Amino acid sequence: MTPKTSDIAITDPVIEADKLHFYYGSSEALHDINLRFPRKQVTALIGPSGCGKSTFLRCLNRMNDLIDNTQVVGSIRLNGTEVNSPNIDVIELRRRVGMVFQKSNPFPKTIFENVIYGLRIAGIKNKAVLEETCEKALRGSALWDEVKDRLHQSALGLSGGQMQRLCIARAIAVNPEVILMDEPCSALDPKSTARVEELISELRENYTIIIVTHNMQQAARVSDHTAFFFEGLLVEYGPTKQMFLKPKHKQTEDYITGRFG
Amino acid sequence: MSNLHGKSMRKFWRTGEPCVWFTGAALSLTLLIAATLVAVVLVNGLGVFWPSRVALLELTDGSRLIGEVMRFEERPEGAGERLQLKIGNRDLYGLDFRWVNADEVARKSFPEEIVVLERSEHGNFYGYLRAVAAPGLDLPADLAPLEAFGRASVAVAERQRDIDALGARLAGLNSQLERLRLQLLKLEYRGRGGEDAAVLDIKRRRTVLKDDFEQLVARQGLMLAEQRQIRAEFEEAGGRVKEIALAEVVRLYQPNAMSVPAKAWFYLGKLKELLFAEPREANTEGGLFPAIFGTVILVFLMTLVTFPMGVIAAVYLREYAKEGLLVRIVRIAVNNLAGIPSIVYGIFGLGFFVYGVGGAIDQLFFPGRLPTPTFGTGGILWASLTLALLTVPVVIVATDEALGAIPGGVREGSLALGSTKFQTLMRILLPMASPGIMTGLILAMARAAGEVAPLMITGVVKLAPALPLDGTFPYLHLDRKFMHLGFHIYDIGFQSPNVEAAKPMVFVTTLLLVLIVLAMSSVAIRLRNKMKKRYTYSTF
Repeated sequence: MTPKTSDIAITDPVIEADKLHFYYGSSEALHDINLRFPRKQVTALIGPSGCGKSTFLRCLNRMNDLIDNTQVVGSIRLNGTEVNSPNIDVIELRRRVGMVFQKSNPFPKTIFENVIYGLRIAGIKNKAVLEETCEKALRGSALWDEVKDRLHQSALGLSGGQMQRLCIARAIAVNPEVILMDEPCSALDPKSTARVEELISELRENYTIIIVTHNMQQAARVSDHTAFFFEGLLVEYGPTKQMFLKPKHKQTEDYITGRFG
Repeated sequence: MSNLHGKSMRKFWRTGEPCVWFTGAALSLTLLIAATLVAVVLVNGLGVFWPSRVALLELTDGSRLIGEVMRFEERPEGAGERLQLKIGNRDLYGLDFRWVNADEVARKSFPEEIVVLERSEHGNFYGYLRAVAAPGLDLPADLAPLEAFGRASVAVAERQRDIDALGARLAGLNSQLERLRLQLLKLEYRGRGGEDAAVLDIKRRRTVLKDDFEQLVARQGLMLAEQRQIRAEFEEAGGRVKEIALAEVVRLYQPNAMSVPAKAWFYLGKLKELLFAEPREANTEGGLFPAIFGTVILVFLMTLVTFPMGVIAAVYLREYAKEGLLVRIVRIAVNNLAGIPSIVYGIFGLGFFVYGVGGAIDQLFFPGRLPTPTFGTGGILWASLTLALLTVPVVIVATDEALGAIPGGVREGSLALGSTKFQTLMRILLPMASPGIMTGLILAMARAAGEVAPLMITGVVKLAPALPLDGTFPYLHLDRKFMHLGFHIYDIGFQSPNVEAAKPMVFVTTLLLVLIVLAMSSVAIRLRNKMKKRYTYSTF
């Protein structure tokens, strides 16, 4: 099986990965990935556990730097700027490429402080700006109406679904270009999942979203494009509809229809 | 049938019921031992200051004894009981305690007119008050001795205040003289000769001060002599008369005539003395204030060092050091440091801090005073640094574990928002780890407050002339020696010339030390609980 470049022509990509290899120690986790992500659309990364989709996602904002003994070979460009270059400011990169994790991870602070955390660490002190951003981000993550009366209470008192939306609010408060989501709904109940999916559809107006998911239906519901990973290889990449209706590869079909994975 | 029985036995073991009993028994045993210890300390410590009745014993041979009955016990030869009597009057009898065989006591009574005298020397006096001689106070001649004694002691207390004021002035002059002496030494050390203007000036000022000093000393002597004129006549059990100056009397009371409220009031007075007064009589009587103060200051100084040092070291170990063999070795070593006997730390403190660092400081900053050491001898700074070294592993381990227990997601969440590692540490990780860090600090403080061995060679003394913190510049005297409750227990319990008399004080001191540790820990525990409420991370 040979790695596939995306078959579709994507003009004006936000992120382009080119011949990307990734190593944990001496074992290669990603083999020669070539992917281009369209601007202001939702791209889903699917595949069985351990196929490298999360690893790939974490390459995009260099979260893998935090893991000892790893190595990236190849190129990732964000709006044409090389992400893996040693000269790039990783802090700035992470501000432009936000991330939402599988397990919601609010800080043990108030809801308000959680949302504006990114601004605080960037040194913004103007109260009016902070409050305005907080409201905008919470409205953007459809949480405002639920928490507007208790902004200054601990975020740890929120429900699981609310916490995850708070984490999304926190990510969009710094106004990133891309939001990476690593299985954002896997720990949520169906109702909260529906809220978050709804939110993703709203967010695609303004942001490019890349989402890793184990849930085929979710990928079909929320994404415009889908990439199927298998054992560190990118097997197939294309418009979601086409992929789910007429997959080109046997493996993709097997996985989507639930024959393995 | 037997098969069935065997099955049910096996089932019984499998349910884990015996295991529950075992664990329960182990816990109760531990609690029982701890409770017994606390009870012994409480019972013996709390009762010390309650004025007990004083008995008059008439013996079969016609002699009389006055004293407090301490305890009864079986005679060693097995011929009935004997009782221990605290007879006091050490200046007359030579011993404070006496054993009396129970069958030798013909009559036992508790006459109300017996007085107990607490004195600044020679221990308690038990006997009768006969007369008061107070020249210059013109007390009415027909006044009852007890009434006269009351009035006279008020007058004596007033005069004592004047004498104390004079003493304070003398101390001031003395320290001025000392400063001049040191200046002179410094000048001589720099090679200025006897004809130098500065040297002459100092010498002239010294002569003036010395004159003042001597005049004041003479005046104080006169006042003291006058003070000692006011005396009272007491009679002991056997009829011998003893004259005692009122200035020597700390307290006079008639325990057999006291009502319960009066005894309670007396008890409170003694408690106040315990907490706020200086010790007397080789630490077996009087207060514990310098020891309490020394203990608290010592633990406080130790915390100032051990807290930042431990937290910073643990942060490096957990957050910055690259996980590997070296870090694992360091972690094991730190854990083992907590198990080194404290006397070893004491010896290290003596060699490194006192002689090494302290000696170097003396060479550099106080060469004029040598060979008298300033920092090159034990002191509260070196003792608290030694304790800090002893307790820092506890703080490191606690902080390290608290940081390690923070879910990785929080770290990543913060970093993914574009914060630096340092910002994540300061804003997220340290606040979240704070309850764990506080736990470590509480353990460290409790351990430090109870340590005695390392202090004995780094600066604790049985009687410190001055407190480490007082009103004279520079207020905190890090070079001073200090007193400590733990050492106090050892000293009065095992080093005292009069062990029997010191025994109550041992219990009281123990009780106080336990209470102080409890007080300091409960403040820290409250703080920790507050933090826990704010920062504990719970997910759905």
